[in-house]
Amino acid sequence: MTDGLQSNPVLISSHRQQKISYWMVRLITLITVLPILAIVIYIIVKGAPSISWQFITDFPRNGMREGGIWPAIIGTFYLTLGTAVFSVPLGVAAGVYIAEYASDNRWTRLIRIAIINLAGIPSVVYGLFGLGVFVLFLKFGTSILASCLTLSIMTLPTIISTTEEALRQVPYSFRVVSRSLGATHWQTTWRIVLPQALPGVLTGVILGLERAAGETAPILFTGVSFFLPQLPNSILDATMALPYHIFVISTSVPGMPIRIQYGTVLVLLVFVLGMNLIASIVRIRARAKRQW
Amino acid sequence: MIEQTPRERPVNILIKAAGYSSILFVTVIFIFLMREGLPALANVKLSSLLGTVWYPIEGYFGIWPLFFGSLIVTLTAILIAIPLGVGTSLYISEIAPMWIKNLLKPLIEILAGLPSVVLGFIGIQVAVPFMRQSLNLPTGLSGLTGAILLAFIATPTIVSISEDALNTVPSAYRQAALALGATQWQTIWNITLPAARSGVITAVMLGVGRAIGETMAVMMVTGNAPVMPHGLDAIFLPVRTMTATIASEMGEVATGSPHYQVLFFIGIILFTLSLTINVIASWVSTRGRKRSERSLS
Repeated sequence: MTDGLQSNPVLISSHRQQKISYWMVRLITLITVLPILAIVIYIIVKGAPSISWQFITDFPRNGMREGGIWPAIIGTFYLTLGTAVFSVPLGVAAGVYIAEYASDNRWTRLIRIAIINLAGIPSVVYGLFGLGVFVLFLKFGTSILASCLTLSIMTLPTIISTTEEALRQVPYSFRVVSRSLGATHWQTTWRIVLPQALPGVLTGVILGLERAAGETAPILFTGVSFFLPQLPNSILDATMALPYHIFVISTSVPGMPIRIQYGTVLVLLVFVLGMNLIASIVRIRARAKRQW
Repeated sequence: MIEQTPRERPVNILIKAAGYSSILFVTVIFIFLMREGLPALANVKLSSLLGTVWYPIEGYFGIWPLFFGSLIVTLTAILIAIPLGVGTSLYISEIAPMWIKNLLKPLIEILAGLPSVVLGFIGIQVAVPFMRQSLNLPTGLSGLTGAILLAFIATPTIVSISEDALNTVPSAYRQAALALGATQWQTIWNITLPAARSGVITAVMLGVGRAIGETMAVMMVTGNAPVMPHGLDAIFLPVRTMTATIASEMGEVATGSPHYQVLFFIGIILFTLSLTINVIASWVSTRGRKRSERSLS
């Protein structure tokens, strides 16, 4: 049998072809994945020495070249929180509508196309939109409010799609049983379906906010300043933010100590990857507990 | 069956309104881009807009150099990202053992979640000096450096969508091919990948959309030179994309000035491009799904 295989030249060459192809695909995967690991490790190694209590909790001094980045950290925190306030209720409700209420008609298809397009609009165009609508037309000025609203609309498609997907995974029988016991459509959705889908919804929310926290272009002309002597007092004040801070100190400040640059990048990375980690934990724990 | 109690009526109306809000937002975005950008056609001479010089201070608003800047950077990026993205998705979906799969997927997710400003920063610190030395260029701030960063930004999109497409290919296809004596690789290359074709095309198109719209990373490493590219070596020289132009100049223009209007006009171009790409991509994927349903039934 083995002899037969080996004496057949066609089979041998196709096995060799498979071997070569497999190694090529493995190599390609390595080329994709290794730089990610390298970047993350490199930033951690270069940034860790500059992380200190003072670096995190102090105001910048001497034109950013000394001191800490507290206002940028708190600014990114405010922006993420503010984005959540608008985008989470709206996005989850929209996901609920599409998964639980909408019938498959022309309007629903139009909603889907709109969501796909919202997801595809370049982030800098969101910035233009925010400038035109929130900053100028509604006269919010360059403010946390304008930035949060802009970021909210940008994160909506992520939250809507993942909410819809999470709801669709809940078995249909749950709804049938609930309705047959006399519950209304809303009671079934609110008490039965949504709690079951909660981990999936939460994952989507966190991933959407993760993207909002790291974005620069949408807040560029809607709500950030490079330096503010004090923390913002209201949602109509401008704020500092980590991504924009990184952009400016790495491109436009001469004599910027490289230590502070890597430190700031590391803080943003921890912020963003921390959210990613939380989302993964939520997902894994929910999968382990799920009984259907 | 009780559909709703009177108290629930407002809740159900709110949910419906939320569902329709996406249509509202796309429309409002479009209207405001038009409102701020279309006056550019009246206030700036068409010969200037269609010219090859972008020098706003002197009133030259030629969009071509920016358009071609976006074009060559995106094309180069996607040429790099297609093999990386499709190859990785093939490995994850068809070849990798379970434990490697569980390791790779979070890594790809991390790449998707890396803020573009972080990639741009690494680009400045690492990629730019590397390109200058290894290719012996006058400056490492070039279209190619931007394209390489963009390729890594577009890859996770391509991986996740084409992996989904590969996973939906019925296993009967693979079993039939293997039973006929095809090797694993012949099955992957000649059966599974062609069967997932429409999903893979969708993935690549959305990758293109992601690359055209990317702003910060490109702005930080392409050198910001709004000059008309000449010849094929333009990719080794500094360029400037449409997105980078908006991001770097919008902060300094007077509201309502011709320069402001032209920047919004570029926004309209970007919006239209992403709209076209997304509509075609979703059309390709629904058509592919319908065809596979037909051939299976």
